[in-house]
Amino acid sequence: MAESQYSFSLTTFSPSGKLVQIEYALNAVAAGATSLGISAADGVVIATEKKLPSTLVDESTVQKIMTITPSIGVVYSGMGPDFRVLVRRARKTAQTYYQTYKEHIPVAQLVRETAAVMQEFTQTGGVRPFGVSLMMAGYDDNGPQLYQIDPSGSYFAWKASAIGKNMTNAKAFLEKRYSDEVGIEDAVHTALLTLKEGFEGQLSGANIEVGVVGPNRSFKVLTEAEVNDYLQEVE
Amino acid sequence: MSIFSYNGAAVVAMAGKECVAIGSDLRFGVQTQTITCDTPKVFRIHDKLYLGLSGLLTDAQTLHEKLMFRHNLYKLREERDMKPSTFGHMLSNALYERRFGPYFAAPVVAGLEPDGTPFLCGMDTIGAMEKAKDFMITGTSPESLYGMCESMWRPDMEPDELFETVAQCLMSGFDRDALAGWGAVIHVITKDKVISRTLKTRMD
Repeated sequence: MAESQYSFSLTTFSPSGKLVQIEYALNAVAAGATSLGISAADGVVIATEKKLPSTLVDESTVQKIMTITPSIGVVYSGMGPDFRVLVRRARKTAQTYYQTYKEHIPVAQLVRETAAVMQEFTQTGGVRPFGVSLMMAGYDDNGPQLYQIDPSGSYFAWKASAIGKNMTNAKAFLEKRYSDEVGIEDAVHTALLTLKEGFEGQLSGANIEVGVVGPNRSFKVLTEAEVNDYLQEVE
Repeated sequence: MSIFSYNGAAVVAMAGKECVAIGSDLRFGVQTQTITCDTPKVFRIHDKLYLGLSGLLTDAQTLHEKLMFRHNLYKLREERDMKPSTFGHMLSNALYERRFGPYFAAPVVAGLEPDGTPFLCGMDTIGAMEKAKDFMITGTSPESLYGMCESMWRPDMEPDELFETVAQCLMSGFDRDALAGWGAVIHVITKDKVISRTLKTRMD
């Protein structure tokens, strides 16, 4: 079809008005492990499947949820190395902001800057878009917030959402279960149940990662033991 | 001749009970010649944040314009005014960026934080920041201004008392300074309003 004639070059529009490379980047994201986020009344939770290529991999060294500032964490679906590059950039942006204003960067500002970086890579020669979608979670003066950032650089605030392999089913599940008055504890349970839906095998603290930020504004990745405790509550 | 006393200025800021006041002289001169007496050295950033700048007037004006630029962009991006403490840090950063070719201006920041607490700070020309709970001054006769403020300031003054104190300190301070004076303007910032008063003083 005519589309594929324009799929080689990032900086050439296809006749239907798409940048095919970005579509393909979204495909890379959709092939990645499922990640999701839920924004509760008093905090945000993000979680992801930690699918490792072999049982021989030391899973304690694999970190899919990273902290950008003490109040903001991020998870991804897609290409791990691309994620790490974006995390470096985001951390630098956040630190530059802190150095100038002696105030921690608000979530929306960090999301904007990170999205701007991702957009740059869709309009520059010689580069390719990032093969990740990010779920950024944080707590600032405007309360708990959850944002999704796509390879194109577009971003959306969500009450709850999922990205990656099982996203359609996960989002349908979340739509049924989400309510505005949900507290952070319930949100963690819902997140685990949602992951369980599409998971092949038994969920455990070793094959998922969960990050939480509450009114104390301190983003924390839960330890394996803590995740196992929550899983027991959910069984 | 020092570059800091080319134009001449006197700025005093004081903290009271949930209010701050900041004032400056109105003289614009070039060494011994006085050109106008309607040039305040205090600039409004937003309703709860005022900036006083002494030193070389061209640098003070340019610095004010650059800070307005930065604050306007901040307001558009973050959809809120900058807190005075944040502004102080940003100003310190902006001055240090020019460490080896500085702006010849010494600022005083005065404002009310979002929770109503007064905020005062002063800086040198390359951004070394010092916060104060009582008063901050800058100008061509710092000894006179410090002397007056030190003896007349007391804690928890109401807005009207605060105005009187700042007015007396400023006027007595710059009366002994050949390069500052020729009128004064004082802004008193409270939770719900800002009262600006212009003073008639000795015109010499």
